[in-house]
Amino acid sequence: MNCDLTRTVLHGYLDGELDATRSAEFERHLEGCRECATSLGSEESLRSSLQRSGLYENAPLGLRKKIRADLDAATSSNAAIRIPVWRWLAVAATILLVASVSWFAWPRRGVDSASATPFTVAEIIDAHVRSLQPGHLTDVASTDQHTVKPWFNGKLAFVPPVKDFADEGFPLVGGRLDVLGGQNVAALVYSRRKHIINVFVMPTKEPDTPIHLPGLRQGYQWRHWRRQGMEYCAVSDVSDSDLYELAQLIYQ
Amino acid sequence: MSGSDQGKGSDVLDEQDRARFEQLVLPHLDAAFNLARWLLKSRADSEDVAQEALLRAYRFFRGFHGGDARAWLLQIVRNTCYTWLEKNRPVELMTEFDEELHPQPSVSPEALAIAGANRERLARALETLPPRFREVLVLRELEGCSYKEIASITAIPIGTVMSALARARQRLHGALTQASPQEASREL
Repeated sequence: MNCDLTRTVLHGYLDGELDATRSAEFERHLEGCRECATSLGSEESLRSSLQRSGLYENAPLGLRKKIRADLDAATSSNAAIRIPVWRWLAVAATILLVASVSWFAWPRRGVDSASATPFTVAEIIDAHVRSLQPGHLTDVASTDQHTVKPWFNGKLAFVPPVKDFADEGFPLVGGRLDVLGGQNVAALVYSRRKHIINVFVMPTKEPDTPIHLPGLRQGYQWRHWRRQGMEYCAVSDVSDSDLYELAQLIYQ
Repeated sequence: MSGSDQGKGSDVLDEQDRARFEQLVLPHLDAAFNLARWLLKSRADSEDVAQEALLRAYRFFRGFHGGDARAWLLQIVRNTCYTWLEKNRPVELMTEFDEELHPQPSVSPEALAIAGANRERLARALETLPPRFREVLVLRELEGCSYKEIASITAIPIGTVMSALARARQRLHGALTQASPQEASREL
């Protein structure tokens, strides 16, 4: 092994732990480094072997019962009070708050230039997953690009290009505001045979790039590119060929 | 179980703690068991150790102030496992850094494809890795933990999680290529 990146950055890339800039840099490196490309393929196949061969072992049924008995024994019963529901809500809200504060307070790694795009792949996947929760998908639900595009007016400091690709098999579902790396972004929502594709759009000062190689994490794929002052990241659980097709349509 | 009434670990826990624990921590029992199973390489021992770890977590529960309950629990499970290993299989913890003695061959995708089809072979290869390599792989690939979570569970600096994973994967590739079917049957 001669390429240093094979032994280091490649793994951060594989795990979706690089910020978008380093991820893009590594993708450029991949195009020219056979060693890394081969190694990435072999790491991906190792990963899918590990994840697919049922190595995860759940706790035996009896264990939960034994533990509950231990817990009961270690609990003082004279303090038995019914806890009202609102207290649970307060607890849940506190946990959410702490979790989100610590998430945002966590320093972003490796963003080494002021023009770097400050979001990680993990954030993109999280934003995609969040959007799939009931009622989170769209702020403006419309298949009409002439409705969706003006909707963003005044809500963002930029106007994302919005096009419907229903004829090509990617109908526009709507649009939404989202936040990535502390920045307001536009999320365009497309569907493909009942699967949802989120395309995040935000302005950038960086030069255009081609559509980068796909990334895969937790079963979600993404494609990233820059074009005419906009940064794009499309993410979905559809196949990469579908995702690439949509990326090309938008790219044109 | 200590009879001491000092420190956070021996607070008297009430029904309210019990209910919170049930809601926040107990859902991660499978994760706790799975980590123990791969650290101890035995279901029976893991059951005991997971049970002990959960009770220990409960005793320290007042010290948990919200956040990532799974990472918090897994940290305790991991410590309990290492304590158990030190007591019962100290040799295993000492054979950690013998990489230089066994240089790892590079691996062909075909070898992996074959290995991929076989759970037993993957499991055996994983089990030949030193615990510290095994745990990062289990946390990352089976548990889906982020680098941040892995760092907090295994008490290694977040900056070294990536290289720890790189080395662990390299070791696993090596173990998979070395364990050709003939060798594997000879081992038995």
